Amino acid sequence: MSQAVESRTRIKSERYESGVIPYAKMGYWDPEYVIKDTDILALFRCTPQPGVDPVEAAAALAGESSTATWTVVWTDLLTACDLYRAKAFRVDPVPSAADTYFCYIAYDIDLFEEGSLANLTASIIGNIFGFKAVKALRLEDMRFPVALLKTYQGPATGVVVERERMDKFGRPLLGATVKPKLGLSGKNYGRVVFEGLKGGLDFLKDDENINSQPFMRYRERFLYSMEGVNHAACLTGEVKGHYLNTTAATMEDMYERANFARDLGSVIVMIDLVIGYTAIQSMGKWSRDNDVILHLHRAGNSTYSRQKNHGMNFRVICKWMRMSGCDHIHAGTVVGKLEGDPLMIKGFYNTLLDTKTEVNLPQGLFFAQDWASLRKCVPVASGGIHCGQMHQLINYLGDDVVLQFGGGTIGHPDGIQAGATANRVALECMVLARNEGRDYIAEGPQILRDAAKTCGPLQTALDLWKDITFNYASTDTADFVETATANV
Amino acid sequence: MKLTQGCFSFLPDLTDEQITKQIQYALNKSWALSIEYTDDPHPRNNYWEMWGLPLFDMKDPAAVLFEINMCKKAKPNFYVKCVAFDNTRGTESAVLSFIVQRPAYEPGFRLSRQEVQGRNLVYTLEAYSVSAKPEGERY
Repeated sequence: MSQAVESRTRIKSERYESGVIPYAKMGYWDPEYVIKDTDILALFRCTPQPGVDPVEAAAALAGESSTATWTVVWTDLLTACDLYRAKAFRVDPVPSAADTYFCYIAYDIDLFEEGSLANLTASIIGNIFGFKAVKALRLEDMRFPVALLKTYQGPATGVVVERERMDKFGRPLLGATVKPKLGLSGKNYGRVVFEGLKGGLDFLKDDENINSQPFMRYRERFLYSMEGVNHAACLTGEVKGHYLNTTAATMEDMYERANFARDLGSVIVMIDLVIGYTAIQSMGKWSRDNDVILHLHRAGNSTYSRQKNHGMNFRVICKWMRMSGCDHIHAGTVVGKLEGDPLMIKGFYNTLLDTKTEVNLPQGLFFAQDWASLRKCVPVASGGIHCGQMHQLINYLGDDVVLQFGGGTIGHPDGIQAGATANRVALECMVLARNEGRDYIAEGPQILRDAAKTCGPLQTALDLWKDITFNYASTDTADFVETATANV
Repeated sequence: MKLTQGCFSFLPDLTDEQITKQIQYALNKSWALSIEYTDDPHPRNNYWEMWGLPLFDMKDPAAVLFEINMCKKAKPNFYVKCVAFDNTRGTESAVLSFIVQRPAYEPGFRLSRQEVQGRNLVYTLEAYSVSAKPEGERY
């Protein structure tokens, strides 16, 4: 026995020899892998660094988002390590882009804590986006198994119950955001809420950056806004609401604000995406416990969702937010001022509202998805839309949506009530025409003009905004080959 | 004051022909229609009186319109609405609701404000007609 104990016990297996071996050889690439019903699937759009093999890049993504580190570790052998290794199982070139690949990765369900979005995202979008071996990376889509979805609460209220509580059936809901965003006193702010609701809107809304600033502390805003809500309900006989933004520095502050909103009788509260996944889930739970609708403003999302080659697709955010308990989420307008290709937006809406989602590559839906009875999250269309586009909005967005006309209400020359009335009349006449079986898309402008004959405010709005459109090419569109990409 | 509950309250009152087209739309989607009436139009009065059961078997819009008009005739001073239900999994709720008759004069609601702790107010809505008279004699 001349050898030292260290040499005698050193691991001889090629796989576990110390050093750096390719991720693909470490067990993170398996083209024969058979997907289990309980697996979580992720699709990444990956641009490897020049010279990096796409399969190795995919395996590296699987490795770094599950168990691997840069070198071999013997402690793997203390675990059922093959189970914990995510498996890259398929790599396809992206049809329209050179040197870019769709990488499919499967994760066993036990890699994740039940009901924790923070835990899920720490793996899926944790280390890998800064990985040197890839030049750019985008999370395009995910599939969640029923078994995992059953551990998430889902929307606190959901569109069906929201409609029952609000007593609004058969048409999109109507809203507007109070403008200017900053500077109004509490009393002046409540005036905008009152005027908009009395004119015919269902909801008014705080903006994402209105919290509790020196010019208006939150209690002031909440008290005056609720006066506006109740007074408008009295004058119309309808249930009305105002999204009171509870976003704050700490969870304790947010609960304090939300509790105050609830005590004042508000049917809905609001949060911003920037509060973080854990805070969002906490507010989802609070909202279910307190019978309050939860509105999410997607503040910040475009910092990582807009560019095609890097970040994450907004449809993944939609899925996560539906799981984490939000009842409303801003999901695009198609015709408004903010980014959005019609088919992509349709995909977001389907993701939020479907009970079962089918694969739809033109809409960017790469996976079929059973939503496991999670309630439906209402998409909100907001940003640069006006009543002259009503036929297009109804055509693209359907009934289960909140149409939010901010400037399109408050910018009306005859005042906020007139702006609100114009929107409501435009909406009702278009729903009526659609239900009657008319070709409302082609006849839309005429249907609006006819309705304006008995509604002066609508005529004024149509005249004012008749030429306003936002026709820019979308930065985010689907890339697919109709036949080459199969269902998984 | 005009009560603006329902889908089409901002438009001129619907004619029988317009109502029939809405009924046809609902029937085309296999929704069941129901007729409800009330003289208590509080926005949170969730249970208007039902004019019989929802018309689950009725596939002819004329037959539905006939029931609407029978209800209107029997309850001339009441609010009457037509509601469509969708029993598809994932919905299982009302999906269309519109007023087809309203009283000639709608006095509206009184908003009572009770000052409580701090600057909080407790709001209560009450229809003038409901406070003034018992059910059936209000409009």
